[in-house]
Amino acid sequence: MHSLPAAKPKDALSNSNLLFLIAVVIFVLMYGFAMLRYPGSFLQFQTFFDLFSLNAPLIIITLGISIVMIGGGIDISVGAVTGLVTMCCAVFLESGTGSVAGAMLLALGIGIAFGLLQGYLISYLDIQPFIITLAGMFLANGLLTTIHKDPLNVTMPAFVALRDFELVIPWLGTNNRLGNFIPLEIKLGAVVVWILVVLLAVLMKWSRFGRNLYAVGGNSQSALMLGINVRRTKLYSYLLCGLLSGIAGFVYIMTTGAGNVGNASGFEMKAIAASIIGGTMLTGGVGNLFGSPIGALTLLTINELIRAAGVNSNFQAIVSGLLLYIFIVLQSAVVWLRGRGKFRLALPSWLSRQG
Amino acid sequence: MSIAKAKAQGTQLFLPLSVLAILIVINLIKGADYFSMSVINGALYGNIPNILFGASELVILAIGMTLVSASSRGQDISVGVAGAITSAVFVQVLLNSGNITWLTIGLSFLVSCAVGIAIGAFNGSLVAIFKVQPMVATLILFTAGRSIAFMIDGKLSPVLANDLTSQLGGVIPGVPIQTPIILTVLFIAVVALFIKTTNLKLYAESVGINEKAARLNGIDPAKIKFLTYMILGLCSAVAGFIAVTKAGRHDSVNILKFVEMDAILAVAIGGNALSGGTFSIAGSIIGAYTIEVLSRTLLRLEVGTETIKAFKAAFIIVLMIIASPVVRAYAAKALRWVRSRMHEGIVLDTGALEAAAASNPNAPAKKEE
Repeated sequence: MHSLPAAKPKDALSNSNLLFLIAVVIFVLMYGFAMLRYPGSFLQFQTFFDLFSLNAPLIIITLGISIVMIGGGIDISVGAVTGLVTMCCAVFLESGTGSVAGAMLLALGIGIAFGLLQGYLISYLDIQPFIITLAGMFLANGLLTTIHKDPLNVTMPAFVALRDFELVIPWLGTNNRLGNFIPLEIKLGAVVVWILVVLLAVLMKWSRFGRNLYAVGGNSQSALMLGINVRRTKLYSYLLCGLLSGIAGFVYIMTTGAGNVGNASGFEMKAIAASIIGGTMLTGGVGNLFGSPIGALTLLTINELIRAAGVNSNFQAIVSGLLLYIFIVLQSAVVWLRGRGKFRLALPSWLSRQG
Repeated sequence: MSIAKAKAQGTQLFLPLSVLAILIVINLIKGADYFSMSVINGALYGNIPNILFGASELVILAIGMTLVSASSRGQDISVGVAGAITSAVFVQVLLNSGNITWLTIGLSFLVSCAVGIAIGAFNGSLVAIFKVQPMVATLILFTAGRSIAFMIDGKLSPVLANDLTSQLGGVIPGVPIQTPIILTVLFIAVVALFIKTTNLKLYAESVGINEKAARLNGIDPAKIKFLTYMILGLCSAVAGFIAVTKAGRHDSVNILKFVEMDAILAVAIGGNALSGGTFSIAGSIIGAYTIEVLSRTLLRLEVGTETIKAFKAAFIIVLMIIASPVVRAYAAKALRWVRSRMHEGIVLDTGALEAAAASNPNAPAKKEE
């Protein structure tokens, strides 16, 4: 709702962008600290790009959940749908009649089906999103265990080729301990993430749907009075989130190559946490799609840091919780101070002019 | 006034009660011996005691969740984790206190209650003072809590192997009912007394309906929200206590797992709005028992354990569609239409619909509404 640049010339930096800026600064500070503390691993380009390669599904889910949260809703079925997609793809590819393209279509189809069902129930029947997506989570989980219970490794040659395919960038690499030069390798999942981030950011920033969604999330009553089709906009946001869960599922199995009951379990809460750290607010109407991958990367960097420090793995969860606490208090303090109108961030003019 | 109120409450309770009735009928069709109970080792066992036994933690958490939903217009997703932490504290204090007597158990329970209230105060401060969305605020503990519980334990699942705690989780000799059921009933009674004798229900509802109006009427919304979160913290401590005495050991990973989702579901099935406002604790209690009956019914119908979740989901979706405002409005409209048709049929004695519509110009306007 504060995204219109011309509305208030005095605080031209919208809440969305301010929270995004805070997230970026903290991520850069954290990664800088990591590079100083553990130069051996964090100074390599490979480590940075591995964050994308290995965690592509989580980042894609975070994008989807951010879109729903900007629209003022919540979707906690994403992790379970992603898990269901991985298992369905694995069963389909192993059935002997499957093909990679067919698996892709299957993944998208399952995602769209869940998005459509939940979106319709939430937007057209006015049912609380939390309960419906909770039921969606149970449904996806139940279907997953019904289809196949044991881990299933995909051995189909075409798929294995796709799984092992890595983009090699020869001019960006590092010397290893023996002095041999190892070029940078990027998995396809990371490429998918970058394409999706750019596409969705453009969609949210410049398309009619994106602008409508910010308006609906900010205040659905005024959006309705402005002539926006609130119900359809909400439906599309859930549809998009479901579609992204489908894509995340395919990327997941493309990264690990196996269907498993535990795949992507608990991702929904991780994605919500990442989304909040990235500056999206659960109240709706505030958020920036570039912030979501930043939030996910901040969480992942912390985990990497703790792994590098070699302390008890229980600290990973505790420190993640602490970080979330700091961000939430910071966000609430910033929004509160800005709401009182006594807070001005001293920004250079070139920055504050961007809406 | 009181009749209207009772009627309103009746409609709210109609849905969960009818669902419960349908489930029991399904069970009776499956086998007529559904209600049969038998006495084993001096205690009652059977389907009904098992349901009451199994749902005890869920009922207690649903009570607290109802209050929180009503006042803060959001849900606490950290209740299961809070129960894991408080029960870890309970086990540690008890095991370190030397000999285990009723006194030390009581003291350890009080300590765990204090921890539960502190957890509630932490969540409540975020929600009431920092004005954070409840789900986001409680996501912090949800992320970190099980690891904290594990660190309190210090090792994998400490065991409570003694007579007294197993009596608390099972049966006290000479009492024919399992102890968790008695504890749950006691807790419900205390809460009912508390709600009856204090203004909490009225204040929580008014804060949930309109925070600003409540403020103008001299109610401090922050204080009320804070209080409801502390009560929920206490509820998680009691639930954690029951869960750990039932299990006999503290498994920080699996104790009260996924119970937060069921507790929120119980509140919704009980006919309470998750977006705050008026609430009925009786509805939530019935909702909690309905969830337990549903799980056990599916097991009894020999649905495979792997498919149960899918059936449960389908059931929730159908229930929510029936309870949704849009479908309710359609049903009311259809009912009105049927009634008017019957009325016309009696008055005009023929199917002259046009004449009836012309003679009654108010009817279409009503339908538009």
